[in-house]
Amino acid sequence: MNESYKFILNGRPTEVTGPPMARLLDVLRRDLGLTGSKEGCGEGECGACTVLLNNEAVCSCLVPLFQVDGASITTIEGLSPGDTLSDLQRVFAAEGGAQCGACTPGMIVTIRALLDRHPKPTRDQMREYVSGTLCRCTGYERIFRAVEVLTGQREAEGVPGAPVDGTSRG
Amino acid sequence: MDHQNAVGRSLLRPDGLAKVTGTALYLDDLTEGFCFHGVTVRSPHASALIASIDSSSVSDPEVKVLTAKDVGPRNSIHLIQDDWPILADRQVNHVGEPVALVVAPTLARAQSAARAVKVAYDVLRPVLSLDEALVGDPRTNGGLNVLSECKIAHGNIYQGFAQADVIVDGEYSTGHQEHAYIEPHGVIATPTLDAASAFKGVDIVGSLQCPYYVHKALTYLFGLGDEAIRVRQSVTGGGFGGKEDYPDMIAAHAALLARACGKQVKILYERQEDIIATTKRHPSRVRHKTGVKRDGTLVAMDIDVLLDGGAYVTLSPVVLSRCVLHSAGAYACPNVRIRGRVLATNTAPNGAFRGFGAPQSLFAVERQMDKIARTLGLDPFAVRRRNAYREGDTTPTGQVLKESVSAVTVLERAKEATRFTERHAQNEKARQSRKDDGKALAGIGLSLFWHGSGFTGNGERRLMSKGAVRLRPDLKIEVLTSSTDFGQGTEGIFRQIVADACGVTIDDVVVHIPDTAEVPDSGPTVASRTVMVVGGLLSRAGAKLAQTLCSFAARHDGLAPAAVALRGGFFETERGQTPFRTMAKKYLIVHGPLVAEAQFEPTPGSTFDEATYRGDAYAAYGWGANVVEVEVDPDTFITSVVNLTTVSDVGHVVHPVMCAGQVEGGTLQALAWGYLEEIKMKDGRYLNDRLQTYLIPTMADTPDMQTILIENPTTHGPFGAKGVGELPMDGGAPALLQAIENATGISLARIPATPERILQAGRAGQ
Repeated sequence: MNESYKFILNGRPTEVTGPPMARLLDVLRRDLGLTGSKEGCGEGECGACTVLLNNEAVCSCLVPLFQVDGASITTIEGLSPGDTLSDLQRVFAAEGGAQCGACTPGMIVTIRALLDRHPKPTRDQMREYVSGTLCRCTGYERIFRAVEVLTGQREAEGVPGAPVDGTSRG
Repeated sequence: MDHQNAVGRSLLRPDGLAKVTGTALYLDDLTEGFCFHGVTVRSPHASALIASIDSSSVSDPEVKVLTAKDVGPRNSIHLIQDDWPILADRQVNHVGEPVALVVAPTLARAQSAARAVKVAYDVLRPVLSLDEALVGDPRTNGGLNVLSECKIAHGNIYQGFAQADVIVDGEYSTGHQEHAYIEPHGVIATPTLDAASAFKGVDIVGSLQCPYYVHKALTYLFGLGDEAIRVRQSVTGGGFGGKEDYPDMIAAHAALLARACGKQVKILYERQEDIIATTKRHPSRVRHKTGVKRDGTLVAMDIDVLLDGGAYVTLSPVVLSRCVLHSAGAYACPNVRIRGRVLATNTAPNGAFRGFGAPQSLFAVERQMDKIARTLGLDPFAVRRRNAYREGDTTPTGQVLKESVSAVTVLERAKEATRFTERHAQNEKARQSRKDDGKALAGIGLSLFWHGSGFTGNGERRLMSKGAVRLRPDLKIEVLTSSTDFGQGTEGIFRQIVADACGVTIDDVVVHIPDTAEVPDSGPTVASRTVMVVGGLLSRAGAKLAQTLCSFAARHDGLAPAAVALRGGFFETERGQTPFRTMAKKYLIVHGPLVAEAQFEPTPGSTFDEATYRGDAYAAYGWGANVVEVEVDPDTFITSVVNLTTVSDVGHVVHPVMCAGQVEGGTLQALAWGYLEEIKMKDGRYLNDRLQTYLIPTMADTPDMQTILIENPTTHGPFGAKGVGELPMDGGAPALLQAIENATGISLARIPATPERILQAGRAGQ
């Protein structure tokens, strides 16, 4: 049976009607068209679907719709409102944090939550906080380094100000 | 002119911003709501005869069910041998083998109909491991079921052993490995219909590595011309070899369903289905018998390689080829004999996985080198240093290594960067005198390895790949290849190579998505060939395009052709500079479209005989050394990798950050294969077919990494570049096992080195 649920999504009041046990991931992707959150496993292991629920990083594939009633949700789309890229996203791209990109939205959302708790995280703090989000491409080293560049713990290796429109994928 | 080259700089990857903002569109992001959905009915048995398939209880009128009889006469994936059925006919040979396909307007209706398809089986006895395969296979009347075989002979093995002071035997085994790309497989098939709504072809878009493989498979399946099939790559969330051959299968399924229902059909695998159905790394068993002098010099190597191919041939002959060609390691030895065989089993076909057979045989030879060192009382560095290839050495196929040989360099850099010899000796000493205080045991391990860039043997000569660049009406130079980017950064690297080859800026270059209707066949995206081989084609095509434009500019200005050069985005003459875009625009107005193409050119005098395995196996080799530092809990034998140092010679670094990213990501996969990742099976069924149970490394399992890139250029790649994609997969596991041995005194010959295996090996050694 469908019910109506209200929550704040990426800063905007949002109302969705759906079954109470609908997965938040499906609501975001199908009903609201926010396809930035990815499904990698459907059982909360890979973290590609991570969103912030009241500022906590959670796997949206494990969250039933009824649980978000009255909550505040931030997805990857909420980290770059309009065309403004956050520094985290810019550094992540420049320093090699993203390869295939399938884990990247969930990874960046997770790191956003990490930085709220640890503004200048050590590697062991990263290991503890981010270990629920899997990346199969990078070996994590460039993700560590991106966070370290962002938080002033390391010099940048990427060339700044490079052009961005070099692919015909759009 | 003081413009900067694009090659060698860590420029922002072109797809970077789309990926970090979540706007990159992967397959599942494309079609919510408006396509039909395909679902596959799979065998629950490893070996069985299909008695009957009954779909009479499927009552949904919009559902279609297809079985082998609906496929047509060409019911196989057209790859190397046509033995891999698109839908099983009469017999199934592995759990998860496709038996029937179902299509419906919604996924839920397709799944419900698939459950209503009843298949009856007469179950047979399966062959589930190399051990069982060696006993014999019912499919070959109890004889060995050999899918592929090859032999290499170099020098005289008997004379070699006669010269040896010591003979060392060893046997080494490795298991399955799952690719675990984060985006599972998926394909969308759109039928093209004629005026009478009859099927005349199909467009495929998918998460895939090799668009022309899919194209070839579908033209064969339907017996249609090249124009009838179009294959495009969607943004692909990881591959590692796992999306080399299997997309042929899913595309064939989706295309058959699209033909049957006349609608656009999507097939997207869930994670569990992806793990059950798709290919894995070949399990291996390698035997070594090595003759050595007392000082550690190799005089004879006798190597026997067995790979578990799974149920069908698929890519196994080529995997075996790379496996045996790397099996003597990065070491010179005058007398070598190698035999390789792939045996069939009743598991899903094993296929391409980063390294493609080389990690298995390099694991074995590196462990064997450790055993030799232990036997002779040498340290692991010394025995490797003594035998490592130098320029001018000859490989087991008789190939003389004429250039770009860095085995000694990478080994010494790795030693210096980690104080390996000293710390290895310290750990040995500490272990022998340690008290049982429960403290973690420290260990350090080293490996040396090589990896051939590009297709094996005559592969490149057979492919004769093409790459092209085109001057578009908007004055962008567009790169046209079938090389796919599934994370490596191909699109960015091609732009860098072409910008420098043409003499324009990076902004002037764009990359066309791989699309068989628009790009030439530059071969599959595999075998560490993208930068060296396809990048080389683009470098030549770019230079040709620049030359055409320079000749035009010279005529335009009344100068000799040699008086004009295109550099940094300007045509330069002694009179001054003209912007690239200005002159390019004039060219297009006067002459119309401009395309420059280059095709692979074999190196003169370079040959490889596939019957005798003599000749030049690869045009160039990458070289690597790994140092792995571990801590092992003395009570639980749980291993933590605490530091990783890699030294890699890649010829020339096109993009330092992305190159390091290849090395780091690949090496973590290699370490995980060495101690963490394992497919467990019961009656041919995977027990850990989900990410909850098949474990891959998290950030918490990941060491700090020191990544050292060395540049020893080859004449066979653009700017001297060699391949880097697979090299990092080769040395992690053996270095890790040497480190565990250094920490615990327990020597393992089998991976993964789980706590149970370490305990078992420790008990056996007592």
